[in-house]
Amino acid sequence: MTMTMTGSRKVTAVASLLLLLSLGGSILLLQRLDQIRTRATLEEVLYFNSPKWIKRLSLGYDGLLADIYWTRAVQYFGIRHAMRATDYNLLAPLLEITTALDPKLTVAYEFGANFLGSKPPLGAGQPEKAIALLEGGIRNNPDDWKLYYNLGFFYYIDLKDYGHAAEAFERGTKAPKAHPFLRVMAAQMAQHTGEIQTARMLWQATYATTKEDLIKQNAIAHLRALDVDEGVAELEKIVAAYTEKTGRPPSSFNQLIGAGMLRGVPLDPDRKPYKLTADGRIELRNPEDFPFAEKGLPPGYKPGPPKFH
Amino acid sequence: MNRVTNIAANTFREAVRDRVLYNLIAFALLLSGAAILVGQISIAIERLVVVNLGLTAVSLFGVVIAIFIGIGLVSKEMEKRTLYTVLSRPVRRWEFIVGKFFGLTGTLVVNTFCMAIGVFAALFYVAHKFQSSDGWILVALFFIVLQFLILCSLALLFSSFSSPLLSAVFTFSLFVIGSFAEDLRGFAGMSHGLMRWLATAAAYLVPNFSRLNVIAQVAHEQPIPARLIAYSTAYALTYSAMAICGAVLIFERRNLK
Repeated sequence: MTMTMTGSRKVTAVASLLLLLSLGGSILLLQRLDQIRTRATLEEVLYFNSPKWIKRLSLGYDGLLADIYWTRAVQYFGIRHAMRATDYNLLAPLLEITTALDPKLTVAYEFGANFLGSKPPLGAGQPEKAIALLEGGIRNNPDDWKLYYNLGFFYYIDLKDYGHAAEAFERGTKAPKAHPFLRVMAAQMAQHTGEIQTARMLWQATYATTKEDLIKQNAIAHLRALDVDEGVAELEKIVAAYTEKTGRPPSSFNQLIGAGMLRGVPLDPDRKPYKLTADGRIELRNPEDFPFAEKGLPPGYKPGPPKFH
Repeated sequence: MNRVTNIAANTFREAVRDRVLYNLIAFALLLSGAAILVGQISIAIERLVVVNLGLTAVSLFGVVIAIFIGIGLVSKEMEKRTLYTVLSRPVRRWEFIVGKFFGLTGTLVVNTFCMAIGVFAALFYVAHKFQSSDGWILVALFFIVLQFLILCSLALLFSSFSSPLLSAVFTFSLFVIGSFAEDLRGFAGMSHGLMRWLATAAAYLVPNFSRLNVIAQVAHEQPIPARLIAYSTAYALTYSAMAICGAVLIFERRNLK
């Protein structure tokens, strides 16, 4: 009996040791394989690209599969975005599959259109696909006012297409429980005046109507950028007036203060002073802190991906 | 009736002894892992994933249990020769089949109940509160139990005349075909003549599992009409009764020598 127990213990010890060694070995080998197959084709492959077939093959569990495809779309976009890629070939098919599997998954339309429509490097730069996605979302969820809002928002902010933006906001006002703000936006678009003020209203509404932290941070980043755009535009006007008056651009803000055109050195939203260049341009001291700013950027500056905290 | 209850209780005990409820551990790990992970790798679908994954897992785990326990309910008793001991007592063959059916569905109901607690716990973890629409998850769980009723009865039907392997193949095939029942109906609508008649007959004969799936609606907090609940319940009970009757008819005539 003792001999049997000893034998059994030996086998247990050897098997346990071998198990651990095999586990360690398989991990090391997999790491080696990762090195050989750098950026393996996995993320670039859609095994099935027919939404109809994927829906059928889901055996009725299409809701979970839609969540998986949505997560895959987010991951795909995130990885390509971090790589500062300019092509997003799989993004539209991934979103198409996601929304075919679950036509009620409104986040996929809202965020997906943003991923697709924004200009590179912030997005895929495929506005027509973004519009098609949002229109599809509206067809599947005609009572969801947020989709009309997103469509109008996209037409206005990304395409500067006031006519279609007004139409989208107007359509949204007819949805049940539509935010009263849509009616204001429709009127504002019809007049298309006061661009920065309108954009500020849109981002403030976005901030107020979402529960998602990421969207709130995005709205704050855009509002900060609008403050910069507005501030820089004002300063440029002052510099132009000074140049016209004196015949040369100011060499520092002190000259503008001395001329009574400024009260003090102007500050950006982070309380850092703006820079005045020798040729009279206004620049941000840290443009990377304002990824959505359109003014105050050094010549040839390319914004990096926005950082949300 | 007492004899049916005793057989059902024994079937339940046997399933527990076979460590069937161990699947709850896998379920708990899956759900807690998903609840923590999805918030970090996806956007805005934490609640949706917990509901979709939770209900899908409840359904799939149950389908696997229903098929793999159900197919052995009769053949295992014959193999171990315990069936002869049972039938030598004043137990009718139909009572044996019906008792087995209730025992297996009872196991699945207990399993589903435990998993439901897990789903609600995970939901509370991601949402930090419950809302009134979460009550519809109970309705979705009820619909899943209705699917189990049909699957158990089918597994038992095939188990009453076939080997465990073939029973598993037949039951799983019917589960897959039943999930495509709506496509089958669409196909019937497009065909003509005899083909149309055959396809329509097949569409009505196979269990329509797609009609008993409300996971997507519940995940989006959409209410389920009372009429749908009532008719689905009636359909599942009728279909299960049909399959159990088939099993009884076959088993009554089966030569057990």
